[in-house]
Amino acid sequence: MDTQLLLGAEAIALAAIDAGISGVYAYPGTPSTEITEYIQQSPIARQKGVHSTWATNEKTAYEAALGMSYAGKRSLVCMKHVGLNVAADAFLNSAITGVNGGMVIVVADDPSMHSSQNEQDTRVYGKFAFLPVIEPSNQQETYDAIRYAFDLSEQQNLPVLFRVTTRLSHSRAVVKQQPPREENILNPSKEKRKWILLPANARNNYQQLLEKQATLASLSEQSSLNKTTAGNGSKAIIAFGIAYNYVMEVKQAENLNIPVLKISQYPLPDKLIKEFTDQYDDILIAEEGYPVYEEYLKGYFGNKKFRGRLDGALPRTGELSPDVVAKAMGVDSDANRTIPSIVAGRPPMLCQGCSHRDVFDALNTIFTEYPEQHVFSDIGCYTLGALPPFNAINTCVDMGASVTMAKGAADAGLHPAVAVIGDSTFTHSGITGLLDAVNDKSAITLIISDNSTTAMTGGQDSAGTGKLAEICKGIGVEESHIRTFVPLKKNHDENVMILKEELEYKGVSVIIAQRECVQTASRKKRQENKK
Amino acid sequence: MQTNIIIAGVGGQGILTIASIIDLAAMQQGLQVKQAEVHGMSQRGGAVESHLRISDSVIYSDLIPKGKANLILAIEPMESLRYLPFLAPDGIIVTATEPFKNINNYPDEQAIKDEIAQTGKHIFVDAENLAREAGNLKAFNTVMLGAAANYIGISKEALEKAIESYFSSKGEAVVQLNIKAFRLGTAAI
Repeated sequence: MDTQLLLGAEAIALAAIDAGISGVYAYPGTPSTEITEYIQQSPIARQKGVHSTWATNEKTAYEAALGMSYAGKRSLVCMKHVGLNVAADAFLNSAITGVNGGMVIVVADDPSMHSSQNEQDTRVYGKFAFLPVIEPSNQQETYDAIRYAFDLSEQQNLPVLFRVTTRLSHSRAVVKQQPPREENILNPSKEKRKWILLPANARNNYQQLLEKQATLASLSEQSSLNKTTAGNGSKAIIAFGIAYNYVMEVKQAENLNIPVLKISQYPLPDKLIKEFTDQYDDILIAEEGYPVYEEYLKGYFGNKKFRGRLDGALPRTGELSPDVVAKAMGVDSDANRTIPSIVAGRPPMLCQGCSHRDVFDALNTIFTEYPEQHVFSDIGCYTLGALPPFNAINTCVDMGASVTMAKGAADAGLHPAVAVIGDSTFTHSGITGLLDAVNDKSAITLIISDNSTTAMTGGQDSAGTGKLAEICKGIGVEESHIRTFVPLKKNHDENVMILKEELEYKGVSVIIAQRECVQTASRKKRQENKK
Repeated sequence: MQTNIIIAGVGGQGILTIASIIDLAAMQQGLQVKQAEVHGMSQRGGAVESHLRISDSVIYSDLIPKGKANLILAIEPMESLRYLPFLAPDGIIVTATEPFKNINNYPDEQAIKDEIAQTGKHIFVDAENLAREAGNLKAFNTVMLGAAANYIGISKEALEKAIESYFSSKGEAVVQLNIKAFRLGTAAI
């Protein structure tokens, strides 16, 4: 079969197509976006009619994927780590229902928070939901393990959680393809007790899920994803997921003969772990993310033979690297070059010509008339309004929080309470909060900085494009307080006036600052020129 | 053989084009490749880098260990210094001379050059003028690839073949422009 150079994310996508999915459901989020994009651009997926349009948020994506599974077909759902928080209700309950067609949940974690608000470890969710978790170490294993995960899902009638991290998702390697297989036929589930989570059914299903754990553990024992590399001495390493690469890098470069147990499938294979750990008195636990299994293996009383992130052998936070792993393996580095002090930081910034710039300029002008500036903002390119020269925002917490935090602050008496959110984030999680504000007549001014795309992740379709004013009107914002302006320098004075009027209004106002993202606009232009 | 390359620049400068051509050349030679890149927030005008590793045997880590990069190929001079901890003692910096100033506190240009000169083996490339000579400023990256060609561990012929495959969908004129830019780069050092 073909070999190709693929990002980890693309390997997931290709593997899912080849494993016979009928649909992928996702909301864009770094480092998971490229999975869905690959499927959208795949001629084979298009020819087969594989569903691949973007969902409004991770919860809607998750539920749609579950519905496709209910109908008997295979579905893939993808998100970044914090996206699983949004989909958590559906996720945890889908462990109780189980699935019909195979369903795999790919969650891409972002240790070191390259493009994220936290570095939560999705493996904890796997334990939480009592679901099998697959955590591959390299791109080929990723490709192969996706097929395996779909098979596991269909054999066990459970969704399977598939965890990758930024470094695997955004790194390329040569991947060899397997022969593709057909999609499942339409075969909707007829088992009502399984899907209707009334307490009586749910109790029964939950009991079955717990009883299945022994089977899942025995599958982990037999899995080729979990394997031992023999060696000598009293020291050993247990390496999880991508951490295995760093361990093997050091082992190869330094010609070390240290035994390594690689774990890429959970629940933990207890027998394999016990047999391995019993042989050694010093075991390094290398995990990418939280010290989830280090804590488990150390136990409540802290067995000192296990070293890792908890005792400082590895850094407590952040992404692993071959360097920190080498140090934990007792290898001294002779690298002694440092970054010269002359090198200045070069943080990301809003593009030249970006519409958000004009929104922040207008906001900063109007706030000169108030003693203090409090602007509740959100997740997207416009979060960069936090940096100089704008310094325009005060918060960025989670998708949609700008609206509801402004509401809470307004309820507390803060005036003006201004929220700035992007169009895609607004439809993702801002609408319900706005309805709360409308129902409470909270005095907030919501600015939807509408560039008609999901810009930060590379310009994916935005669910509310062309519908924002109608949405606001539909949930009860007064029409006279739904204002629209075009954020351009030449409109600055007029836009400031509109802001001033609405900031002084003691109710809910929405200002839609509408101008297309400069990146998507120039991409469209290039594509038109090509034609 | 194993070559470790850091490609450095600023988000939007197109460092991934260079990486893709080298990847392609390596694959066409039947070599192993790993190439980690930066997506997401930093692409908005921030510092970006790609770790590119080529080998005739298995490559484990997607990231290059510190002190193990044979080459820092920089599209921007200050950015070449940001990844200095990765450069091997006998490694080389090949950098474009033209600074990209999208920050207020960009350091003195001469001081940057002096720092680069102090690191050891280094080559400055006037890529902008060479790209212009080739016929289009967009060929800047291909000029830089040419200038670094001696240090990639893949023959120039193989790199040219990869340039042809990479740009073939854009037509013969674009292929020839880039071949010319590549050769001007190789001749400049």
